[in-house]
Amino acid sequence: MTGADPTILNVTVFILAIFVGYHVVWNVTPALHTPLMSVTNAISSVVMVGAILAAGSSTIGYGPLVGAIAVALVAINTFGGFMVTQRMLDMFRKKEPKQGRKAA
Amino acid sequence: MISPNVVAICYLVASVLFILSLRGLAHPLSARRGNLFGMAGMTIAVLTTFAVTERLDIVLAMLALGGITGIIIARRVQMTQMPELVAAMHSLVGLAAVLIAIAVLGDPLAFGVEYPIPTGNRIELFIGTVVGAITFSGSIIAFGKLAGLGTYGRVFSSSPVTFPGQHWLNLLLAIAMVGFGVWFVNAVPGEAWRPFQALTGIAFLLGVLMIIPIGGADMPVVISMLNSYSGWAAAGIGFSLNNSMLIIAGSLVGSSGAILSYIMCKAMNRSFISVILGGFGAEDGTPAAGSGKKTVRSGSADDAAFLLSNADSVIIVPGYGLAVGRAQHAVKEMAHKLTARGVTVRYAIHPVAGRMPGHMNVLLAEADVPYEQVVEMDDINSDFGATDVAFVLGANDVVNPLAEQKGSPIYGMPILEAHKARTVLVNKRSMASGYAGVDNPLFYMDRTMMVFGDAKKVVEDIVKALE
Repeated sequence: MTGADPTILNVTVFILAIFVGYHVVWNVTPALHTPLMSVTNAISSVVMVGAILAAGSSTIGYGPLVGAIAVALVAINTFGGFMVTQRMLDMFRKKEPKQGRKAA
Repeated sequence: MISPNVVAICYLVASVLFILSLRGLAHPLSARRGNLFGMAGMTIAVLTTFAVTERLDIVLAMLALGGITGIIIARRVQMTQMPELVAAMHSLVGLAAVLIAIAVLGDPLAFGVEYPIPTGNRIELFIGTVVGAITFSGSIIAFGKLAGLGTYGRVFSSSPVTFPGQHWLNLLLAIAMVGFGVWFVNAVPGEAWRPFQALTGIAFLLGVLMIIPIGGADMPVVISMLNSYSGWAAAGIGFSLNNSMLIIAGSLVGSSGAILSYIMCKAMNRSFISVILGGFGAEDGTPAAGSGKKTVRSGSADDAAFLLSNADSVIIVPGYGLAVGRAQHAVKEMAHKLTARGVTVRYAIHPVAGRMPGHMNVLLAEADVPYEQVVEMDDINSDFGATDVAFVLGANDVVNPLAEQKGSPIYGMPILEAHKARTVLVNKRSMASGYAGVDNPLFYMDRTMMVFGDAKKVVEDIVKALE
């Protein structure tokens, strides 16, 4: 492994992650496809990591400025995405069990 | 500063939490825990990154600014607006990917990337930027179409925007973009900027051109597709930064969006390619030809209430018309009344009942409909034959029996078999055809009774009649 190009290692991780994603996502119940979308949205805001590195770098130049804008934009996704997912999932709580059982 | 190994292990933990987060969504009971896993993963990822960041003041300020904005939006958004919100959020991820790529290009050392940037990382930067830019501008257009901003500009119109030579123009632009990409990858360090700007600009333009020809009916596919793109953009950035966590998170999102696109295409019996090429759904809402010739049996809300209360089993088929009319709460009230009279009430959901995958389920959950009563198409179709009343509310194409007839324009589309029920009640505003522009024989059956009018008004009248 030691001699391998980082790109090859990245591709390895990439392909394996796609397989994991494929199997996990097919198991998601169709009723929760909208929350799935909003939570994946929040998860993709993990690019925040790159934005933080850019914004927090002490170099002089446009890098920190561009990074700072990116941090603010992605933070909307991170907080908003998880919050709105939680809001939706709270609606899927079991409620009025008496009524539910009678109807089933 | 903590050691790179500790950072890598923390990122691994975050990646595993992201996977567990999606796995939680397998069932409504485990879903909220899943969301907490996602939040925990994100917190670990961000805190770990803080530990290796040189200065945090600006970062924290920006994080607070964006975070508060996000929380306000998440609290205020209406459930009918979820598709718009998701489209807007995709655009943010796309734009952030482009901005990060610009920052990497300006100062690779700050990201632990060598200078001059190795060829492999440059190819990855190219791909990440292009996908990010297309996601950004494409999502803006999708947002406009979903939010009904058609009056502000034709590009946001929900009907397809097409012009001669459109596909050739797109192809030419794509070739030019790849050309600039090759230049960018091979440029000497100081001269990589110009091709980078050109390819980013073309990618922005392509994003717009790719989404404008797609009509309103295909929006569930578009929004899933952009979901997928935003994931691939994140993975692309992960590649350029050699960050496994970004690659894993991005691929999870990318494959999730791809699967949802596939499910949506299948539910509409459309091939992915034909959705992308666009031009479909131009004549939504036009009255179907020859609709006046056949006779329709129509009745009042009182008649409907009589039929419903004398049934043993009722299946409600909600369509988007129901959500537009904000009738969910009235429907739930009606179901409650019927249940109290000993009628079994269930809801049948077609995968494209809403404007994004799973949208109708959320709209019903918002109205406090117990999720046990809400059944997916494949699980309920065989029950229609043994059901007394199928009550179609604001749905049209998804219950059109023509889909089972060879030669019909919608042949092969999976439908809810409402026509097999002993009696069919249909609420519609008028006899206009659905997105597909096809007449619906369900409305002319002897066993069908039409109840014309606004969904909310009709259902409220039924509730009154049931008292």
